Amino acid sequence: MTPADLAAHPILDPTLAPPFPQAALPVLRNPQLRKNVAHAIDVIQAKRAKLVQEKADWQELRAAASAIRNHALDNLAYYLELFETRCTAAGGIVHWAADAAEAREIVLTILREENATEVIKIKTMTSAEIQLNPFLEAAGVNVFETDLAEIILQLGEGEPSHIVVPALHVNRGQVCEIFARRLGLPDLSDDPQALTTAARNYLRKKFLYIPTAIGGANFLVAETGSVAVVESEGNGRMCLTLPRTLITLAGIEKVIPRFQDLEVMLQVLARSATGERMNPYTSLWTGVTPGDGPQQFHVILLDNQRSAILGRAKERQTLKCIRCAACMNACPVYRQTGGHAYGSVYPGPIGAILTPQLMQMHHAQSLPYASSLCGACYEVCPVKIDIPEVLIDLRAQVVDQERKRGARFFDPMFLGMKISNFLFAEAWRFRLAQLLGRFGLRWFTSKDGWIHSLPSLGAKWTQTRDLRGLPPQTFRDWWATRATDAGKEEK
Amino acid sequence: MRASLFITCYNDTLFPETGRAVVRLLERLGVELGFHPKQTCCGQMHANTGFRGEAFSQAKRFIRLYQDVENVVIPSSSCVAMIRDQYPGLIDELGSQALSKDFAALLPRVFELSEFLIDRLAVEDVGAYFPHRVTYHASCHGVRALHLGDRPYRLLSKVRGLQQAPLANVDRCCGFGGTFSIKNAEVSSAMLAVKLQDIVSTGAEFCTALDNSCLMHLGGAMHRQYAGMKTIHLAQILAATQESPAEATS
Repeated sequence: MTPADLAAHPILDPTLAPPFPQAALPVLRNPQLRKNVAHAIDVIQAKRAKLVQEKADWQELRAAASAIRNHALDNLAYYLELFETRCTAAGGIVHWAADAAEAREIVLTILREENATEVIKIKTMTSAEIQLNPFLEAAGVNVFETDLAEIILQLGEGEPSHIVVPALHVNRGQVCEIFARRLGLPDLSDDPQALTTAARNYLRKKFLYIPTAIGGANFLVAETGSVAVVESEGNGRMCLTLPRTLITLAGIEKVIPRFQDLEVMLQVLARSATGERMNPYTSLWTGVTPGDGPQQFHVILLDNQRSAILGRAKERQTLKCIRCAACMNACPVYRQTGGHAYGSVYPGPIGAILTPQLMQMHHAQSLPYASSLCGACYEVCPVKIDIPEVLIDLRAQVVDQERKRGARFFDPMFLGMKISNFLFAEAWRFRLAQLLGRFGLRWFTSKDGWIHSLPSLGAKWTQTRDLRGLPPQTFRDWWATRATDAGKEEK
Repeated sequence: MRASLFITCYNDTLFPETGRAVVRLLERLGVELGFHPKQTCCGQMHANTGFRGEAFSQAKRFIRLYQDVENVVIPSSSCVAMIRDQYPGLIDELGSQALSKDFAALLPRVFELSEFLIDRLAVEDVGAYFPHRVTYHASCHGVRALHLGDRPYRLLSKVRGLQQAPLANVDRCCGFGGTFSIKNAEVSSAMLAVKLQDIVSTGAEFCTALDNSCLMHLGGAMHRQYAGMKTIHLAQILAATQESPAEATS
């Protein structure tokens, strides 16, 4: 696959996607995409920063949110069963799915029972995770996304690049082109109001006649058996109230213990995600209410490796995530590459730790390395996931895999790490290596004392930066000489 | 006061002038400075690349070498962050209880240079003279791991002749990230390009930092691009005086 192909059709299936450094190349060469991403992110970042600043107790809120999520995960089985009991008592039907395939089958079975050939959808990351849309389309069900960004992507046959603002990489002009072409509106202007009106007209019909909806959950409240969905556009509220049948797909980690916990979670979520004090629409419902809203309500609780992640001491914090995307907005890597380079529906720092784990470390092994470990993600995370810590732990798992396979033994990076470790074990070895390095690098050092070109891995450095040649004397040798000189003076 | 200088492997090899500046500076402030000849590396590169066992062997070595010294001074915030943030995990997983105990006793005595000056020696004015326009690059580890805050700026503000040039997006990563700059060379370069724009537009003559690793990255690009700017470790600015100016730098 050439970079141009990849740019036009990014692959978000981790089993098929090229490694991150390779997938990043077409974006780095695409000025339009980079401008779109940087601009969108700078806007969200500035809004978030302002709203976080006005909260004097932001760090306490973060600590509280983190504690709530930790407590839920520490007692996950208990709270899930409590949720199941309360939701069932209120007329909901709870299904358990061990993996993506099971979840997809459950959805399809429900749709078949309903004789549904069309569904409307609220944006849900979990459905993207299990690749629900292509599966349903293949089974003859027409799926209509209702979130504005998701419509843009669906009509434009694009892929999401962000978990909150999935079409962040598409600008207004591009949206206009897609709508004009796909909605048969040749005279559409790129005025935001005209664009949203076009989307509204398209959507309204779907809302009115399609009786089946699929959505996700921001939170599952164990105490009451309620589900919470937050959104900005009102499309979610339509999907949650108008249809006859509602299917909610949620990862098992979404559960929180008490209704009261929403007070903390909703405060940190809106500020972190969109830079708003409160999200415009917060929908909360409990089971089925006769004569009001959907009369058939299904919740599918998806495991898909989450139990396995829960069992790992350092990695389990990954499950605290509330999908606010603050980490990707803060990430200097994401700011350059956008989301497609991650080859996963979960991009950015959280994607770099979540995706390889969802893949049981069989795929996406380049993602834990797709970070400079700058720590900006951890700093902004409203539930205090120490993403750099998890990244480093996953890197160690990747290296351990490679050690076992022995496949990378002659890889320059692998070899370099082993050799340098041997050298660092004794100061004399290190000193000898410094000496040899100085002589060796002399061949590459220009008259101005700088190195402009190196072979092998070094070329990765010198492709964009020079390297100052090794100075004639190391610090340790200077110190030794100085000590000797001082000794002489004293005599 | 006595202190032992852990110079770090890359400063030792690539930036000895920074080490010499730390010696000059601290001795001028009356510190009795030592240097353990057996020191090599803190293990950060190994840990961050996923070579945990190797990183642990460096960690153990570091703790054993320094467990009896009064203070350890390190002119590199990322190496201090390695010790503070990653040693505990490595010891938990691979070390003994005795090692854990010795580490706990040593840790409060390990200082990054600006911490040592301000928190331990309680000085801000170190008597430096550096008549140049300088911008400070706040390295990620300095900002987010060590929480150095305004320490570097306080030190710089007392340097005679020095004019500080504020840097936009000061807490944004320069893209170095250790082996990240090799494994993801292109993305790293894109981050570098953005950072360099901010730095060059300050109009400063020098970009300074408490990490020569970032400066090697930034300085390497400045040299490649004939950007007309230089990098200099903060220690070298603080060591400079009217009588004996900073050593010629890259």
